[in-house]
Amino acid sequence: MTEAAYTPRDWQTQPAYLTPEYKSTVLRSPSKPLIPLPQSLSEITGPVFGHETLNPLDNDLTKNGAKNGGEPLGERIIVTGRVLDENERPQPNTLIEIWQCNAAGRYMHAADQHDAPLDPNFFGGGRCVTDENGVYKFTTVKPAAYPWGNHANAWRPAHIHFSLFGPSFVTRLVTQSYFPGDPLLELDPIYNATPDGARELLIKKFSLDATEEGFALGYEFDFVLRGLKATLMES
Amino acid sequence: MALKQTPSQTVGPFFAYGLTPEQYGYTEMSSIASGTMVSDDTEGTLIRVEGRVLDAEDTVVPDAMIEIWQADAQGRYAHPADSRSSNAGFAGFGRTGTGTNPENRFIFETVKPGPIGDGQAPHLNVIVFMRGMPLHAFTRIYFSDETSANDADPVLRSVPEERRQTLIGARQDGPGRAVYVFDVHLRGEQETVFLDA
Ligand SMILES: [Fe+3]
Repeated sequence: MTEAAYTPRDWQTQPAYLTPEYKSTVLRSPSKPLIPLPQSLSEITGPVFGHETLNPLDNDLTKNGAKNGGEPLGERIIVTGRVLDENERPQPNTLIEIWQCNAAGRYMHAADQHDAPLDPNFFGGGRCVTDENGVYKFTTVKPAAYPWGNHANAWRPAHIHFSLFGPSFVTRLVTQSYFPGDPLLELDPIYNATPDGARELLIKKFSLDATEEGFALGYEFDFVLRGLKATLMES
Repeated sequence: MALKQTPSQTVGPFFAYGLTPEQYGYTEMSSIASGTMVSDDTEGTLIRVEGRVLDAEDTVVPDAMIEIWQADAQGRYAHPADSRSSNAGFAGFGRTGTGTNPENRFIFETVKPGPIGDGQAPHLNVIVFMRGMPLHAFTRIYFSDETSANDADPVLRSVPEERRQTLIGARQDGPGRAVYVFDVHLRGEQETVFLDA
């Protein structure tokens, strides 16, 4: 066992397991305190993915599900940004996987029962690997709100699901990112599971710089993963 | 620290076509990993690890996702931080959802990891995701036939004795290979030990 290499999870930004307003947490959340785990080789290593994992259209959701030259309906958007650690160091070669509903609020998933149309030209899954500066970029369509069964008249704010690896087992992150100005945010128990003061970290920024003229609106979103402890960075 | 960690959010109910497409029959995209972690040229003892995820009322969870990260048969990780590095045939990463097996089991076909050489017993590193879990949970799977190594393992020793059993996969000898059964109990009397990694 070695001295901890990565900083701990920051409970000022990470949600608690039990969030009763989000009803499924009641039966699915651990009740006993977590047991501290010293970081060993098992924790400071993790799966490595490179560009060989990818197909050329994997980061373009407006094309990777299109049939016979068709295009998905909806507002085209670009989502781009950097993956950093807490020390602002870019994280290259990080696999990012995304999934989302279509512009009508319907997921491709077989279990999605929402009575909104599927789009024959939209799959909704994609991935990319960050470049040497930690930069990623997806082209997609803006997802819509959709209803869910948590409480009466419950609607999820529009969001994209993200999954990231980072350099080790302990930097793993699965999250959702939202859109600025969405009135559903303050009503959403999943968004609100994040501690007060940290929720805004989940909202993309509209960006005219990332916007491609005549083609798609741009949004920027940076991810911040757990970082190496300062003492280890120097050595 | 200059920047704040991005908050975790639940994987939700609809991860399957994005994260485990092939397992769930979505043909539009390939999978980056699956429950089958071995290929023909993987060295070591083939094993199967399987189990279910159960909630506080012992209801089986059909929409969980389990990831495994492990060393190879010689205790080496396929990662730059392990200078020994693994043989090319074994990446050490598996991922599977509980939604396709009739009993909602997760099943991993892999090799038994060797000891990594720092006094820890052989183990699998596990991440549990699901709808209703805003933050993924870390745990480990040890092996019931490694009694003396388990007795000396510093992580197991840090766990209250009456809860250690929740981290040990129970060996059952199946045809051809050993099967280790490991159920994840999310909450309640039999609650699995979850780790603050
Ligand atoms: Fe969703």
